[in-house]
Amino acid sequence: MKNRLLTTAIGAGTVMASLSACGGGGGGGDTASADAGNCSVPIAETEAPVVSVWSWYPNAKTVVEDFNELHDDVQVCLTNAGQGADEYARFQTAVSAGTGAPDVIMLETDTVPVFALQEALVDLTQYGADEVQGNFGEGAWRDVSSGDAVYGIPVDGGPMAMMYRTDVFEQYGITPPTTWEEYRAAGEALKAAGGPLMGDFPANVPAPTVALMQQNGAEPWVYDSGDPTQLEIDLNSPEGKEVLDYWAGLVRDGLVGTQDQFTTDYIAGAIRGDYATYISAAWAPGYLTGAGAGEGEDAGNWAVAPLPQWDPANPVSVNWGGSVFSVTSQSEQPELAAQVAKELYADEASLTDGWTSQTIFPLNQSVLSSQEFIDNESEFFSGQTANRDVYIPAAEAYEGSTYSPFGTTFYAQFTEEIAAINAGEKTGSEALDDLQAEMETYATQQGFTLD
Amino acid sequence: MATLDTAPRPQAPAADPAPARSRRQRRGRAQGLIGWAFLAPFAVVFLLFLVTPLLYAFYLSLFTKGLATGERFAGLDNYTRAFTDPAFLSGVWFVIRFSLVVIPVQILVALAAALVLDSVTSRFARFSRLMIFVPYAIPAVIGAVMWGFLYSPNFGPLEQLFGDGAPFLLSPDNLFYGFTNVVTWQWAGYYMIIIYAALQGIDPAVYEAARIDGASSRQIALRLKVPMISSALILILVFSLIGTLQFFTEPQVLTPISNGAISTDITPNVYAFNLAFRFAQFNYASAISFALGIVVFIGVYLFLFLTRKRGGFLK
Repeated sequence: MKNRLLTTAIGAGTVMASLSACGGGGGGGDTASADAGNCSVPIAETEAPVVSVWSWYPNAKTVVEDFNELHDDVQVCLTNAGQGADEYARFQTAVSAGTGAPDVIMLETDTVPVFALQEALVDLTQYGADEVQGNFGEGAWRDVSSGDAVYGIPVDGGPMAMMYRTDVFEQYGITPPTTWEEYRAAGEALKAAGGPLMGDFPANVPAPTVALMQQNGAEPWVYDSGDPTQLEIDLNSPEGKEVLDYWAGLVRDGLVGTQDQFTTDYIAGAIRGDYATYISAAWAPGYLTGAGAGEGEDAGNWAVAPLPQWDPANPVSVNWGGSVFSVTSQSEQPELAAQVAKELYADEASLTDGWTSQTIFPLNQSVLSSQEFIDNESEFFSGQTANRDVYIPAAEAYEGSTYSPFGTTFYAQFTEEIAAINAGEKTGSEALDDLQAEMETYATQQGFTLD
Repeated sequence: MATLDTAPRPQAPAADPAPARSRRQRRGRAQGLIGWAFLAPFAVVFLLFLVTPLLYAFYLSLFTKGLATGERFAGLDNYTRAFTDPAFLSGVWFVIRFSLVVIPVQILVALAAALVLDSVTSRFARFSRLMIFVPYAIPAVIGAVMWGFLYSPNFGPLEQLFGDGAPFLLSPDNLFYGFTNVVTWQWAGYYMIIIYAALQGIDPAVYEAARIDGASSRQIALRLKVPMISSALILILVFSLIGTLQFFTEPQVLTPISNGAISTDITPNVYAFNLAFRFAQFNYASAISFALGIVVFIGVYLFLFLTRKRGGFLK
């Protein structure tokens, strides 16, 4: 309401964005020739060529300092261009404008296809991506690959697991469920005993829901970078519907909450013990710690167990989140940029700093196989060896997945469908049928051919 | 609306000797240049940040670009799509319904406050005037964040009053009222000041005459004051109509805590913003913006046309 001229604001924003983009690219190049004065971390080797990097890891400065210290042939100029969606909005604007992107950009794994499709990212196979392939598990590598092309070097991942409140479980005599059937039964027991909610089904973060659908064998997106316009969308498969109907049932029966996550309200509820479990990923303990959980009165209340399964005979591991370094196609020094993508956050000091501060769950095998990491007793989980018991097996069993080539639009639509489920307007199946139709319309509009 | 009151330029009499005339013309030209120089800072900003982006956005709106296809000229296709796009139309319908409720509410609140403050002259009145105006001085974003906390089902005051049964004012069913409350809170004080200023401009002799004729205070307020400030009322109606049709800040800020109730297309402006900066559809977003501009223009023009006897704009 504030801006009376908002009719024009979008247009103005567009122009200003491209203006500032032009400004950034002064000498006909891009930010590659970044002015060292603008970097968040001082350049150690002033003679060496500089590669610009956008990243928002909490310990990004340490990581870049380590990199600049270790290298005399190339230096990194770090910019924090915002976290997640904020950075993507800037990058998207730079991509649309054709100028203003950095050489190397940190992307969440599920965002890589969105930009790869727009030819905004460089295929790293031509710059020796295979040299570092051995550092990562198969699933992690499949996540950054499309057909023969590789669009990013993995840094961290999010093998999913079930965090739970030991105080709630003890009080109501519940043992950690191993199947989704048991998960529901535990929820019913909690409700019958007047306990808190079993979990939460948020509308605003559909990514874990997609992962849970994949756990049951759904394959919502099928395409190949060789011909990305040839697309197969299968959101309303029976497997997917089973999962969404299951959660819609939990919501309908009042067994789980419908609170949006990554909000103050959710954190407050999690700390207060409103939710007996938090279906989350390996980075979640760090996230919760940063938000103030696991301290004071809340200390010693958390433990983690493997994600419940649909078929305990054939357990499936899925992944939520994680991030990679990609090289943008606007880079004028792709070879150097690829070197940075391969070597940044890959040295021992940085990785150790990352996992000990709980800011990332590294995918680099050098960490996953290190005894110190395996035997680490997590303070958040009251000394539980969470890596060995839960997260490492989940990471190793993860087979990789194919993410949506238009993630932001897909997630926004999925959010609306989940909100409709949570409002009691649709069943899970209905929501997926509608989502399928919407995505097909959108894909056709955007020029895809649907199989 | 307001025309610059330029002093009539002295016309050089034809009988003037030639050298004098040319000198005077030179001076006239110099004065003209000085005038332009004074105008320049405004003109540059106006052209650069309003006219140019508008033209560029219009230019953008004439093209389409799919993720899997290149950019191509589309003519008015984006506009056809906009006016048949359920997301856009439902957004327009939302802001129209919202206008119909929120504008009368906030103007009634503002009018009532202004009339009371106008007839009371004490220190308390001055204090109240300031307090009613304060919400407008709070930036809309901060106001919305603050209301987000007040509405919070976990630590808002409603929760403390009603416990677990507290209504969540940002749920799909209550959203409309939640927004009405925030917007009224934000803008009523501002409109109150405009009305109050208009009331202060009325000659008190009129009231005296009315009182001698036996009019009560209420009659003076409703029969005298309100008609006499009708042009101020129409001014704020136009302001609030334009503002409400372009509703953006509050839904944008409150989206993350609405548990999905505030969709990406809740109002046309929010829709345009998300299309451009989240979904990378700059062309279509430009068309949506222009389409909204058309809706606003028609709405305001209709309104001014219908009230042309009272207002001063179209006379």
